[in-house]
Amino acid sequence: MTKPVQALDRVTIRFAGDSGDGMQLTGDRFTSVTAAYGNDLSTLPDFPAEIRAPAGSIPGVSGFQLHFASYDILTPGDAPDVLVAMNPAALKANLRDLPKGATLIVNTDAFTARNLDKAGYAGNPLDDGTLGDYHVHAVPLTSLTTASLKDFDITKKEAERAKNMFALGLMSWLYSRPTDATIAFLKKKFASRPVIAEANVTAFKAGYHYGETTEVFAVSYEIAPAPLAKGTYRNISGNLALSYGLIAASKLSGLPLFLGAYPITPASDVLHELAKHKHFGVRTFQAEDEIAGVGAALGAAFGGSLAVSTSSGPGIALKAETIGLAVSLELPLLVIDIQRGGPSTGLPTKTEQSDLLQVMFGRNGEAPVPVVAAATPSDCFFAAIEAARIALAYRTPVILLSDGYLANGSEPWRIPEVDTLPDISVPFTTEPNHEGDFWPYLRDEQTLARPWAVPGTPGLEHRIGGLEKADGTGNISYDPENHDRMVNLRAAKVAGIARGIAPVEVDHQDGARLLVLGWGSTYGPIGAAVRSVRGQGGKVAQAHLRHLNPFPANLGEVLARYEAVLIPEMNTGQLRKLVRAEYLVDAKGYNRVSGLPFKAEELEHVIVEMLEGASRP
Amino acid sequence: MTTSNGRSGNGAGRATATGDPPVLQLAAKDFKSDQEVRWCPGCGDYAVLSAVQSFMPSLGIPRERIVFVSGIGCSSRFPYYMNTYGLHSIHGRAPAIATGLAASRPDLAVWVITGDGDALSIGGNHLIHALRRNVNLKILLFNNQIYGLTKGQYSPTSERGKITKSTPMGSLDWPFNPVSVALGAEATFVARTVDSDRKHLTEVLRRAAEHRGAAFVEIYQNCPIFNDGAFDLLTDHDSRDDNQIRLEHGKPIRFGPDRERGVRLTDQASVDLVEVADVGEDALLVHDEHRDDPSLAFMLGRLSHTAKGPTPIGVFRDVDRPVYDDLMADQLDRAAAKQGAGDLAKLLHSGDTWQIG
Repeated sequence: MTKPVQALDRVTIRFAGDSGDGMQLTGDRFTSVTAAYGNDLSTLPDFPAEIRAPAGSIPGVSGFQLHFASYDILTPGDAPDVLVAMNPAALKANLRDLPKGATLIVNTDAFTARNLDKAGYAGNPLDDGTLGDYHVHAVPLTSLTTASLKDFDITKKEAERAKNMFALGLMSWLYSRPTDATIAFLKKKFASRPVIAEANVTAFKAGYHYGETTEVFAVSYEIAPAPLAKGTYRNISGNLALSYGLIAASKLSGLPLFLGAYPITPASDVLHELAKHKHFGVRTFQAEDEIAGVGAALGAAFGGSLAVSTSSGPGIALKAETIGLAVSLELPLLVIDIQRGGPSTGLPTKTEQSDLLQVMFGRNGEAPVPVVAAATPSDCFFAAIEAARIALAYRTPVILLSDGYLANGSEPWRIPEVDTLPDISVPFTTEPNHEGDFWPYLRDEQTLARPWAVPGTPGLEHRIGGLEKADGTGNISYDPENHDRMVNLRAAKVAGIARGIAPVEVDHQDGARLLVLGWGSTYGPIGAAVRSVRGQGGKVAQAHLRHLNPFPANLGEVLARYEAVLIPEMNTGQLRKLVRAEYLVDAKGYNRVSGLPFKAEELEHVIVEMLEGASRP
Repeated sequence: MTTSNGRSGNGAGRATATGDPPVLQLAAKDFKSDQEVRWCPGCGDYAVLSAVQSFMPSLGIPRERIVFVSGIGCSSRFPYYMNTYGLHSIHGRAPAIATGLAASRPDLAVWVITGDGDALSIGGNHLIHALRRNVNLKILLFNNQIYGLTKGQYSPTSERGKITKSTPMGSLDWPFNPVSVALGAEATFVARTVDSDRKHLTEVLRRAAEHRGAAFVEIYQNCPIFNDGAFDLLTDHDSRDDNQIRLEHGKPIRFGPDRERGVRLTDQASVDLVEVADVGEDALLVHDEHRDDPSLAFMLGRLSHTAKGPTPIGVFRDVDRPVYDDLMADQLDRAAAKQGAGDLAKLLHSGDTWQIG
C-alpha cells in the first residue's frame, strides 16, 4: 500500500546528536540531495567548541539545521519543524527551540538510564509527559541499524556507527529525497573499506524502507523545487566561497596568491581549502603565530603577491600592529576576519558581528583601513574579489568581514561565468617616475595610490618603513607639516574609494518611512523579516551595506529620506555608532549578542513595533 | 661560489642554479644610498655597514635582487643606508616578514638585520621559527647587549646584575646566548663575529651568503653610549689574543698569543680549556662545522656566555638541509604537474552541481 504524500512549501529540519554521531555529515548529505533536487535552502551547523566532549553530555551535542523550500528563502529557519534527536542530551539541548506541535524523531535505544542521567533528566521524557505537545516518533534507530547489518563482518561498534545513515534514509523517505546520490557518495567516501561502504548503504536503505513500511509514519512529504534563475548551481558554504573568491581574485589580478595564517576557529577551513589548490600557484604558510601570519603576507605583498591573512577576532587583535605597518607602507594586503563570539576567547564556534569597531579603529595612530563585509555564504566569493580589488587599486590593507554563521552556513549558488568577473589587475611600476629617479610615494592623482615597484625591478631600488615618510620621496621625515599632510593624504585615499564603489541600493516600498539598514550576515533574517512585514501590509524599506569604510557616497542622502532608521546588529550597536557619528542620524538599534543569528520572527516584531511607534502622533 | 649542494648560495638560487651569474661591475659605493647615516659617533654599526657595502659587490647579485628587511632598534635603520630594496618594519617581526618575501620570491637574496632586543626579546618566536624552517634568509644579529634606541635598558643578552635605568639594583634575568638559541632551533648555519674585526666579519658574511638556507650570524657590536666596552676582552689589542677562540673547520681548536691553549672534549660530555703543553695537540677537539648533530657546536657556544672570557668566534655550524622556499616551490610545481594549471571555471563547478532551466 502506498502511503499518502502531502505537499509542503517549506520545512526546517534539525539533526542533533552526540558530536561523535556524525550529525554534520548527515546534514551535509541531506543538504546535498536537497540542493540537487532543486529546492532553495539555507543551512546552519551548530557544533560544540570541544572536539569530543564526554559522550552523551549536553556540551557534546552537535546540531545541523536545514531550511528548504519550494520558493527562495533567506535564512536557515527560525525554529525546526522536525527535530531528529539521537540521544537524551540532544533532546534536552534542542527541545526549547522546538515550537509546540513540531515533529520529534528520537532514537529510543539511546534513552538508557545512564544517558538520561548524563543529560540531567530525572525521569524518561519519552514516557513522563514531557513531550506531550509534540508529534513524537519513537524509533529504536541503533538496534534497527545493527539488525539490518547482522550479516556483515563488522564489529558491533562499526554497525552502530551507521545509525546516522539509517536516520538519513528515514528522513530521505519522509521528505521524498532522491537516494542515488547518497549511495554513490557513501561508496566513494568509504572506497578504501568496501565492507563499511556497503554497511552504510545498507543502513541508509534500511532507514528508507523503514519509513515506507512501518506504521510509525502515516504520510510522507514533498517539497517541490523552487523556481530559481536559470543556470548551473552548487551548494556552497561561506568559507568555501571565500576560498574560491581568493583564488578567483588571484586569477583576475594575475598575481600569485599568498596566504599567511595561524589556525583559529572559524577561519581555519580557508587555510585548509587554499592548501589544496597549489596548482593555482597558491602558497599557504601556516605561521608560528597570528603576527607572523600577517607579517609573512605583508612580506609577500612587498614581493608582488596578492597577499592574504585569515583569522578571527582574537587573531585580528594580534595583527593590528602589522596592519598599521601596511597602512604606512601602502601595500596591498587582504586581512580577513571571520568573526566569532567575544570578548577574548569568547564563543569560538558561535557567530557575532562585534569586530566592526575593532577593524575600523583597532590600531595606533590615524590608520584608516577600508572595510568590506559579506552578506551571505555565497556572497563571500564576490566580497573577496571586491576586497582584493580595493587593496590592489589603492595599495592599502583591506579588512573583509565574514562571521561564523556565514563561514559554516551554506546555500545554493548560481555559479558565475568566469568571463563576467571583473578585471582587477594593476600594473607594477617599472620605470623611474620623477626626473630619472624613483619616488615611492609619488601618488596617482586619481586614486592617490602610490606606485608598486617590486624587488627585482632594476633601477627602482627603494626603502620603505613604518617611520613617517616625506610626501613623494618616501624618505624618513620628522617634519610637522609633512606629517599632517601625510595623515590627511592617507585618509583622503581611503575616503576616495567611495568614488569607485556602487551606491547603496535601497529596496524601497512606496509609502515606507522606516529604513532597515544592515551589514554582514544579518542580510538573510532582515530580508525575511521585511518580506513578512510587507506581507502583512507594513511599509518598510531595506538597505544592506557591502562597504563599511568608506560608506557608499549616497548613504547620507538615503538615510535622510526616511523618518526612522533601524539597524539590527549582533553586537551592541557598532554600525549604529558609526552612522550616528557620520551622518547625525538618530538611528535606532536592535541588538542581541547571543552567539546565534537573528530569527526573522524577532526582527519582524521589532519592525512592526517601530512602524506602530512611528505611526503614533 | 657554490655550496656543497651545488646551488648558488645567496638567494637567486633558482634563477641562477643552471648558469653563471652575470658579470656585474659594482663597487661598494653602488650599495650606498643617498641617506645620511645617523648612528651615534663611534657606533659599531658603522663598521658593519661599511663591511657589508664593501662585500656586496663580490656576490655578483644585481642590486635589484637584494632586499634588506629589519625590525626596530638602532641596527634596524640599516636598510635605509643600503641602495638595494629595503623594508624597515616593526619590532621583532622582520624574520616573519622576510619569510613571506623569501618564500614567495625564491629569486631574491633576502637579508634580515636585527638586534638583541629585536630578535631575542620581542621577536624571539619569529627568529627560532625562521631558523627551524630553514628559510633562505641571512640573519645578522647586532648584539650590543643593551637597548640603545630606547636609551639604555638591559637586554635579553645583558649579563645578570646589569645596572641600567630599568634595573637600578641590577638585572635579575639570566641572559640568552644567541648562538645557543640558534643552535637549539637547529639552524643550518650559525656563526659569530666581531664588529671591529673587518677581515673576520667579511669572511663570516661571505660564508653566510654562500649558505643556502637560513644563516644566523651574531655580530658583537659595541654601543659606545650605553654599554661601551662590552666586548673589550675580545677586541682590545692587549687582551684579544687571550680571549678570541677562532674556529676553523678541520683544525684543532687552539688560541692564545702563541696558540698555547686549546679546547678539549672531556669524557664528561663537555668541553674545557686546556694548555696544549699539558695535553698534547692530539687531545684537542678538531672543529667540524658540518656535523649533523649540533650538540658539539652547542658546547662550544657555551664556552663563554657573555663574552667575559675566552669566546669562540667563526662558523659554529654549516650543514645542508632542504630549504623552505625551495620545498614550497617544489610543491607548487608538483601540484601543477599532477593536476595541470588551475582552471577557475572547473574549480567553481567542482563537486555536485545541478542545472535550472
